[in-house]
Amino acid sequence: MSRKTLRKEPFNLIISGVGGQGNVLLSAFVGAALLNEGFMVSVADTFGVSQRGGSVTSHIKISKKTLYSSVTLDGKADVILGMEPVETLRALGEFGNPHVVVIVNPRPIYPSGGATYPDLDKVKQAITKLSSKTKFVNATEEALKMGNPIYTNIILLGSLVGAEVLPISKETMIPILEERFPGKLLDANIKAFGKGMELIANA
Amino acid sequence: MNKPGAIVLLMGNEAVARGAIEAGIGVAAAYPGSPSSEVLTTIAGVAKQMNIHAEWSVNEKVAMEVAGGASFAGIRSFCAMKQNGANVAADFLVNANMTGVGDAGMVVFISDDPGGMTSNNEEDSRTITKWLDNPLLEPSSAQEAKEMIKWAYEVSEAVNLVTFVRGVTRISYTKSNVVLGELPEKKEKKAFFPDLWDMYNPKKSKFTSGPFPIFHKPLHEKLEKAREIFERSTFNQYMGPEHPELLIITCGACTSYCTEAVDELKAGEWVGILKLGTTWPLPEKLVAKHLSTTKTVLFVEEMDPFVERNVMELAASLLPATCDLTFYGKRSGHLAPYNEQSTNLVIDALVDILGTTYQARDLSYDEEAKKAIQIVPHRPINMCAGCPHRATFWAVKKALQLDGRKGFVCGDIGCYAMGFTGPGFFQSRTMHAMGSGAGVANGLGNLRQFGFDQPVLAMTGDSTFYHAVLPALVNGVYNNSSFILLILDNSATAMTGFQPHPGTGLLATGDPAKVVDMEAVCRAMGADVRVCDPFDLEDTTKALLSMIKKDGGTRVIIMRHMCQLVKARRKISNKYRMYVDRERCLGDTCGCDNLCTRILGCPGLMVDREISKAAIDEALCVGCGLCADICPSSAIIREEASDE
Repeated sequence: MSRKTLRKEPFNLIISGVGGQGNVLLSAFVGAALLNEGFMVSVADTFGVSQRGGSVTSHIKISKKTLYSSVTLDGKADVILGMEPVETLRALGEFGNPHVVVIVNPRPIYPSGGATYPDLDKVKQAITKLSSKTKFVNATEEALKMGNPIYTNIILLGSLVGAEVLPISKETMIPILEERFPGKLLDANIKAFGKGMELIANA
Repeated sequence: MNKPGAIVLLMGNEAVARGAIEAGIGVAAAYPGSPSSEVLTTIAGVAKQMNIHAEWSVNEKVAMEVAGGASFAGIRSFCAMKQNGANVAADFLVNANMTGVGDAGMVVFISDDPGGMTSNNEEDSRTITKWLDNPLLEPSSAQEAKEMIKWAYEVSEAVNLVTFVRGVTRISYTKSNVVLGELPEKKEKKAFFPDLWDMYNPKKSKFTSGPFPIFHKPLHEKLEKAREIFERSTFNQYMGPEHPELLIITCGACTSYCTEAVDELKAGEWVGILKLGTTWPLPEKLVAKHLSTTKTVLFVEEMDPFVERNVMELAASLLPATCDLTFYGKRSGHLAPYNEQSTNLVIDALVDILGTTYQARDLSYDEEAKKAIQIVPHRPINMCAGCPHRATFWAVKKALQLDGRKGFVCGDIGCYAMGFTGPGFFQSRTMHAMGSGAGVANGLGNLRQFGFDQPVLAMTGDSTFYHAVLPALVNGVYNNSSFILLILDNSATAMTGFQPHPGTGLLATGDPAKVVDMEAVCRAMGADVRVCDPFDLEDTTKALLSMIKKDGGTRVIIMRHMCQLVKARRKISNKYRMYVDRERCLGDTCGCDNLCTRILGCPGLMVDREISKAAIDEALCVGCGLCADICPSSAIIREEASDE
């Protein structure tokens, strides 16, 4: 049993994004860290055909006492980590409430086949209106600076941990990264993680 | 791995695999299908260590027979599949049930997909279990799935029948805390096929069923024995007051929806929950006891009203003792026999039945949130950037247009199922079961005498080809059906997670395997065969057109190019760096009507809004080069990428 406390029982984290962005990887990292901290966790990802560019959501329910079902109840998210702006808004529409904390990567991924994407500023305004505790983290931009957009999700993971909204710390997360990224990949991912922490501190 | 008592985060499918391993299985066979695929992948990963033969079988029926053979020879065996697989495999079981399993048990895990999140149907496989007459268990969590798989072997061996464990997507794909159990001791497993045969004696004739009424009777006796075992099972649990105002009867993934809903409504003092872990045959005495404690019952389960109907049938047999009972559930319209259940749906049902109210979030926030998401666009699924299927569909569309006889594609199951939507340029016109594209094309290709002359293209993936298309191809050649079979060979079972298949040269364990050469197989069957790389767009289109023009007989084109995701996993990069020449791109003033961004629709392409011209999204483009071939202004440039 963890000595760390939970603000609410259960505590609900949602990671929303687009298939291919790596939400499954992120939710697995967060789940593993929470387990190591002694919590009961249910992690549900979107699998199958939606992984091909559709809208995807991972639900992570955290508890000190029991295992809950894996899907968040309507309007009951505590934290939303948005990997893409309209997907963040979509998640807020369903799971948001006046207390929800939002961390969002403002880089759009445009829907294919000519579907129109709303004006980015309007999306950002709508997000801020639905969550006064919104922080924007330019994760894709930073990842491209690092030479590969693949680091976007680890940067966001750094921001999530750095925001101190979950009962997990850098010290819990680093060993998980070490296990997952062998050899050469580790350094860049640790760097990306640190970048995310830095970005959230200044957001 | 052998750390009994350790708590680890496992996906339901991994917990199922762990349960089978802890049960000491010797053989595991499966065909990949979401939401069940990871079960065999997990077992195969430790197969050598644990002395297990793990295989990706060519289809579910063969997988079931492989497991059957092992059980007959005294080796505990295991099978996993998605709901559709149960249909394919059922014919073996309906016969095997006449005789039963061997001395070692056989367990089948079937994961259903309520809501069709990873399927193109949502079938309730429990009904199959019932008509097959097999015992059925339904886990409510990953931990319970692991324990149930182990116990299912005891049931299977006690009643001498294949035992089913039914998961659903939320069980299979939810990761949660699981306490590991002990791994079996390493001891020599000795396989031996017993020489037992007596045509008129089911007890002696273990694997050959004789006169059927003689063999059918023991099957029903076995089911009664299973019912007796289930009456005492601790997987059936009751939580709540002694005399609940409302009794919820639930099972599987819905169990936690019910406990959460009751918690959320603070209704625990009045509402009781009977969670059934053994759902067929129904533990009638246990259920009857609970029915006698209440006047109102709500059934909560995924998809068909399976438990609901079985309990109502029981209640009818208990009349008049049950005449005061009111039943709610799918029949009453409080829950639907389709789509996925959820805590919120259970809350809605309870609010109506209990006459209470529930407010999920602040009302004004709710209104604002609903208004805000009106600007959120629909995000259609798409083929990945660099997907060879996109090139194939482009060539198909072009060739069929050039032919001009209203040709079309009979589609199939896999990533290319998107063929009937935008990413496949709306070319597919039929989509049913695995291999049905080729099967339906067989029928369409033999309508000449009725004046039918539209070209028919049947599509299949490489894994599906081995699974269910081979018989359809033989049928086409034999019956001289006029169609073209397109085999989209991308070197993997891509949709379900890149599992190997007979064409890949790899076994489930990663060891090398003999390649079953699809080209040679098709030729040997007597089909006319061509092989194309769909990224050679011009050649592919020409080859397609000439095949289409060559009317009559069954023809095959293999579209061979590795799945982009497999390339990425193997660190194989494409040759090109792509960019848009802004001078040449005419944007909205070009007559192409945004051919690249709107029609081709690759995720790697986008519109630069400031100048209303096409652009490459460098976060997503993988450099396949396809878009350079379709731009009428030659504005998309394909540059040889330098090796870094």
